[in-house]
Amino acid sequence: MSPGAIADVGAVSTQIRRILRELGVEPEVVRRVGIICFEGETNIAIFTKGGRITLMVWDDRVELFFADNGPGIEDLELVRRPGYSTAPDWARELGFGAGMGIPNMEKNADTFVLRSRPGKGTAIRATVWRKGNERQGSSAGPGA
Amino acid sequence: MNAREVARVLGLEPLAFPHPEAEVGGGFCSDLLSRAMAEASPGDAWITYQRHLNVVAVAKLKELSLVILARGPEPEPEVAARAEEEGVNLLRSDDGMFELAGRLYALLAGDPETHPAERG
Amino acid sequence: MKLREVAEVTQAEVLTGRELLEREVDKGCGADLLSDVLSVVEENFLLVTGMVTLQAVRVAEVMNAAAVLIVRGKRPLEPVIAYAEEAGIPLLATQKGMFETCGLLYSRGLRPTRFRRVSEYAG
Repeated sequence: MSPGAIADVGAVSTQIRRILRELGVEPEVVRRVGIICFEGETNIAIFTKGGRITLMVWDDRVELFFADNGPGIEDLELVRRPGYSTAPDWARELGFGAGMGIPNMEKNADTFVLRSRPGKGTAIRATVWRKGNERQGSSAGPGA
Repeated sequence: MNAREVARVLGLEPLAFPHPEAEVGGGFCSDLLSRAMAEASPGDAWITYQRHLNVVAVAKLKELSLVILARGPEPEPEVAARAEEEGVNLLRSDDGMFELAGRLYALLAGDPETHPAERG
Repeated sequence: MKLREVAEVTQAEVLTGRELLEREVDKGCGADLLSDVLSVVEENFLLVTGMVTLQAVRVAEVMNAAAVLIVRGKRPLEPVIAYAEEAGIPLLATQKGMFETCGLLYSRGLRPTRFRRVSEYAG
């Protein structure tokens, strides 16, 4: 991936934020979804040649799906560890790649599912529950 | 003021502290290695979120008095090991850059009112 | 502290949001690494950064920050300024470096933001 795509990072998050606000989604939910999306699109920009982000808004929850055909994640335990990063130097010099992306996505989601196959790509589903529908739980495992 | 005194007042945790007597002449903040290379002055305490191994190399080249890793994940063990090897003071804090800069700035300016760590 | 005071204390130029200078900012956060800004647990803070990229403004927007103060005399490109204007994010720029800027604002009473603690993350 080249540093070019990184210039667009945040474009999806801010657009999603506007959509959710217009739909009257609770501000705290909007903020958490915004953070998750920002981290997710940063990863797509740094590590892949592109991917798809899907937003689904329900009465009781907001869901974000990230899917890419990138290099995949070799070690799913390591990537969840704060500070672990394989980001190239150019990304660090642009203020990215501190190794908090996946941990921060996971922390802001009520349910977080990460599936990745090295060489094939990565898929993530992050759910944020609305109004008192909070439910904790996450999983990360190989294969999809 | 030397690095030991700065570490004590700011409540910093040493990861590598080979030269506690180093004189702290000023402060510098950046998370970008290139900026630190270009803009930090010798004797500065460098406050950063960056945990890249090259932080040590930059601190050494620029003759900085210490590196303060602002709040964040633990750096990889080889970062502290390299700092020890290269004779670079490397300390960490649970406080963010804004607070560390604020308190160090006050400390170097000799303003006792803004040292929360020194109060009761 | 009002944005007007932030601009005075740091001798900053106001690039966008001149009509919002009476806005109160409660807290300050200094960072170039945007992931650190994304772990702030409060809103309505002043983001002090050396980044002049569009992403810095977008992070401020997503985090409901009160304003962005750019340090080291960097000036963002016109599209970035236009974006901030449209998004309603006041954009200020000072010649001073990050250390001095944070130092001056802290000494005038601007408090640091709280962050999500690293130990709260799964690992």
